[in-house]
Amino acid sequence: MSAGALPRRLGWWYVAEHTWRAMRAYAWTIVMEGIGQPLVYLLGIGLGLAAFIEVSVADGADGPVTYLQFVAPALLASSAVGITMGEFTYVVMSGFKWRRLYWGMNASPVQPQQIVGGIVFAVVVRMLLTTAAYYVLIVAFGAVVDPWTGALMPLVGTLGGLAFGLPLLAYAASITEDKGQFAMVQRFVFTPLFLFSGTFYPLDTMPVWLQWIGWLSPLWHATEIGRSLSYGSPPGAWPVGVHLAILLVMATTGWVLARRVFVRRLRG
Amino acid sequence: MTPVIAARGLTKTFGDLTAVDGIDFEVPAGESFGLLGPNGAGKSTTMRMVGAVSSRTAGDLRVLGLDPDAHGPEIRSQLGVVPQEDNLDPELKVRENLIVYGRYFGIPKAVCAKRADELLAFAQLEDKARNKVDDLSGGMKRRLTIARALINEPRILMLDEPTTGLDPQARHVLWDRLFRLKERGTTLVLTTHYMDEAEQLCDRLVVVDHGRIMAEGSPSQLIRQYASREVAELRFGSDRNADAAARLEGLAERIEVLPDRVLLYTDDGEALLERVTDLGLHPTTSLVRRSSLEDVFLRLTGRSLIE
Repeated sequence: MSAGALPRRLGWWYVAEHTWRAMRAYAWTIVMEGIGQPLVYLLGIGLGLAAFIEVSVADGADGPVTYLQFVAPALLASSAVGITMGEFTYVVMSGFKWRRLYWGMNASPVQPQQIVGGIVFAVVVRMLLTTAAYYVLIVAFGAVVDPWTGALMPLVGTLGGLAFGLPLLAYAASITEDKGQFAMVQRFVFTPLFLFSGTFYPLDTMPVWLQWIGWLSPLWHATEIGRSLSYGSPPGAWPVGVHLAILLVMATTGWVLARRVFVRRLRG
Repeated sequence: MTPVIAARGLTKTFGDLTAVDGIDFEVPAGESFGLLGPNGAGKSTTMRMVGAVSSRTAGDLRVLGLDPDAHGPEIRSQLGVVPQEDNLDPELKVRENLIVYGRYFGIPKAVCAKRADELLAFAQLEDKARNKVDDLSGGMKRRLTIARALINEPRILMLDEPTTGLDPQARHVLWDRLFRLKERGTTLVLTTHYMDEAEQLCDRLVVVDHGRIMAEGSPSQLIRQYASREVAELRFGSDRNADAAARLEGLAERIEVLPDRVLLYTDDGEALLERVTDLGLHPTTSLVRRSSLEDVFLRLTGRSLIE
């Protein structure tokens, strides 16, 4: 086999291997985020908030659903989105600027497209594991009406994470100076999306002039699909196919941009 | 024999800036080849093109007989690269850094592990194998980076400013390691703005300034060609150097007046010092030394390498 043939095919996998190995250094944070955070939300909302909410917020195929069943798909999707707030921001900036790991990979046979591919693949696996753990917990809390169709939620949540995360990754890769941009994203993009994406109450409860935030939000689209999977389409919602298409367009656009930025930056 | 690197009219521009301006050079296998020049001379840009991570704007380039624009992965799989700034992974242990990096070349894990142990011995880092990278000193990090660059048993080892920022002792340890590689027949390509480094390590070098090659040859050839055998360095005090130099006219083959000292190029430095005294001039300090590449550079560019 000629030199470089193996990396030409598997370069992305080597990058993913490296990324996972490096994740061990903060494995405890990952586990806490994957299990601890859902537990806190489920206990807080299930035992606290849900006890106060007596009106039914949504109806499933078999009548009204509980508040916890309404919130659970949103919490699951937001855990995937939350992962990208770390993995696709500071970690990427560090790879280019502080620790400069990407330059080391770049000097090897691995291509820039494979570098970004490996990073994304490693994070997708982390999102799938986290959302799967989340799913087991919400089933245990009785927060999923139909656990069979609901079992697709980790996939949908991960797609939501990518729809939000890949454009963010492209942005993070394009930044050369840290001027607190990621804190701004956290404050003015992530937090509003979390609050205005029909997470804790149906989006149409909001006045129309605020609903657009939800329409633009990958989190809302992923949540709505998750709700359909758990308890059937909530009344008045957009068709599942439209939500799915929007998520796919967002993720694809982000992916194309991220690849372009990585190539431009590493092969200048 | 075909050279491992052959560049003809190699050019790289970034917008209006011409970083590398049509350079020609060849490196045969087993040679230790240096690019000597000040910061911003185009050395690193040349290294990036040879390293197949930056495409050329014009000219022709062959590395290991291949065109880097078309065969990047094939070329890079046979190169070892030591960058100017360390990019080791601090989340991984010292030994893990070598293994993980070997994987990028498609080398099986077991082979990586075996080579990692050999390379740690070579880099004199055996007892640091399980340490964190951040626990290492600057010199140790450099040695680890060199060890990492050797994990794929490269045909060419490229080093960009390998000892910049190291203390003298760490530099000598590093030179010793590089010299051993050279003895084993590894082709070395290095950039440096240190003359002593170029003299120690390079069989042949090109002096680069403003993206162009000013001169080419072995260190001793260059010194013979562009400088005299010896140099007398005289200091008369900052205000008086220029006046003194005027009176020294004709005494040496060539005189360079620097802000802090006057350099007199001659074949017999001691004899020259005597004649200076005979003229009634009394420098505050004087010394005679052998000419170095610094003098070559000064002659070629009118500037000092480190300013």
